Amino acid sequence: MHHLDCPRCGRRPLEEFTFGGERRAVPDAITDPDERDFDEVWIFQNPDGETNERWFHTFGCRRWLTVRRDTGIDVVLEVH
Amino acid sequence: MSEYTRTLLPIRWPDGPPKRTYDVVIIGGGGHGLSTAYHLATRHGISNVAVIEADYIASGNTGRNTTIIRANYGIPESIRFYQHSLERYQELEEETGAAILHQARGIVWLAHTEMAMRTERARCAMNEATGAQTFMRTPAELKALIPQLDLTGGGRYPVLGGSHHVQGATARHDRVAWAYASIASQRGVDIFQHTVVTAIRRDGDGGRVLGVDTTAGRIDAGAVLIAAGGRITQVAAMAGLRLPIRTHPLHAFVTNDYAQGFPVILASTELACYVSQTDRGQMLIGAEFDSQPSFSRQSSYSALRSYSYKITRLLPFLRDMRILRTWAGICDISVDYSPIMSATGIDGVYVTTGWGTWGFKAIPAGGEGMAELIATGRPPALIAPFSLDRFRRDHLLADAGSAGTR
Repeated sequence: MHHLDCPRCGRRPLEEFTFGGERRAVPDAITDPDERDFDEVWIFQNPDGETNERWFHTFGCRRWLTVRRDTGIDVVLEVH
Repeated sequence: MSEYTRTLLPIRWPDGPPKRTYDVVIIGGGGHGLSTAYHLATRHGISNVAVIEADYIASGNTGRNTTIIRANYGIPESIRFYQHSLERYQELEEETGAAILHQARGIVWLAHTEMAMRTERARCAMNEATGAQTFMRTPAELKALIPQLDLTGGGRYPVLGGSHHVQGATARHDRVAWAYASIASQRGVDIFQHTVVTAIRRDGDGGRVLGVDTTAGRIDAGAVLIAAGGRITQVAAMAGLRLPIRTHPLHAFVTNDYAQGFPVILASTELACYVSQTDRGQMLIGAEFDSQPSFSRQSSYSALRSYSYKITRLLPFLRDMRILRTWAGICDISVDYSPIMSATGIDGVYVTTGWGTWGFKAIPAGGEGMAELIATGRPPALIAPFSLDRFRRDHLLADAGSAGTR
């Protein structure tokens, strides 16, 4: 993974972007509100495969992007 | 036959599939798993133990790290723990009889700004107060210690000073793993390579652990230690355990032989890079892990370019060297950059993880602590602060500044 296709700026080197973390998704199986809060704050899905995450175009348009990426092979699937 | 090969004790490999029942099953045949097996067998008389390794032993981060042993951390809990581990490493050749090529050469952490100088001074004070030997050095003293160092930092990263952790050392990582594996196996521990754990079985819904299913059959176990590296999130999920861990790749490379010799281990926290000379004479260089999590162990050109740029500012002679070999490992980074050595709230399941980029130096003390926790049910004082429930109690051990990476 060397580049990201920014919808506004086009294909730009990865160094211009800042990783903003995976989009948290607390599983529905966790119902206790305190447990849900704990999970949302501390726990990572950390999936080996497709994941949705946020990237910030720090040295470009300075907007947040949502990126779908395969963490198993570190390849970007979709940017929007 | 050299001392190097003569001291290599054989591993007693099991001559059949796993037994039906073990007292303890350890998932992961890396440094921490093998060290725990060694300490269970030698200190607690528990040798009915199986180590289940998906690949070959030490094939993960134990065999991929840059082999630095140090205790110059920033918080008392970590300094005490890593200092104990450092001292165990100093005695490890005597203890196991295996030549692990332990070399105490000292680590220098450079500071390029006043802010970093303040951090290093605080580190020295905290280290001395807690039992690790770390001292401030002036640029002139650093130049005398490391003649190759460019004090102007290529004009961009001037060296204002640095902290010198005099007991810092290196050792051969594969030999450390082998030393623990061989002695554990002689005491009766069964080590299964190329065997994958496919499930962790529990009694009913949310009950105690019953054992594991593997590609070599079903095993019943009184206790299960999850000591996998890299895929820890996936393995822990088999037991229904969710962890505050992200997995990031970290790259490293070696150059061709540098005949003049490089005396110390050199690091810069601001540049987040470190360099040492291996016993083959190669210059070994590592730096920060990739910002985005990934399970890919592919070396990336951008990482090599960034590491090379940074390290040649400090050591200009490296420009004349060639990169011989590159590799990457996948590191489990916990939220507070400190490891997790703990019971899990699931009866009989233990976990040792969050070893990020700092696991190798902790192999002796980590295994010692986990073995005592499993054998007695109580964590020894050295590892008690690193429990998994610290996140619930809001007692984090935040020490990202001592990770040597970011």
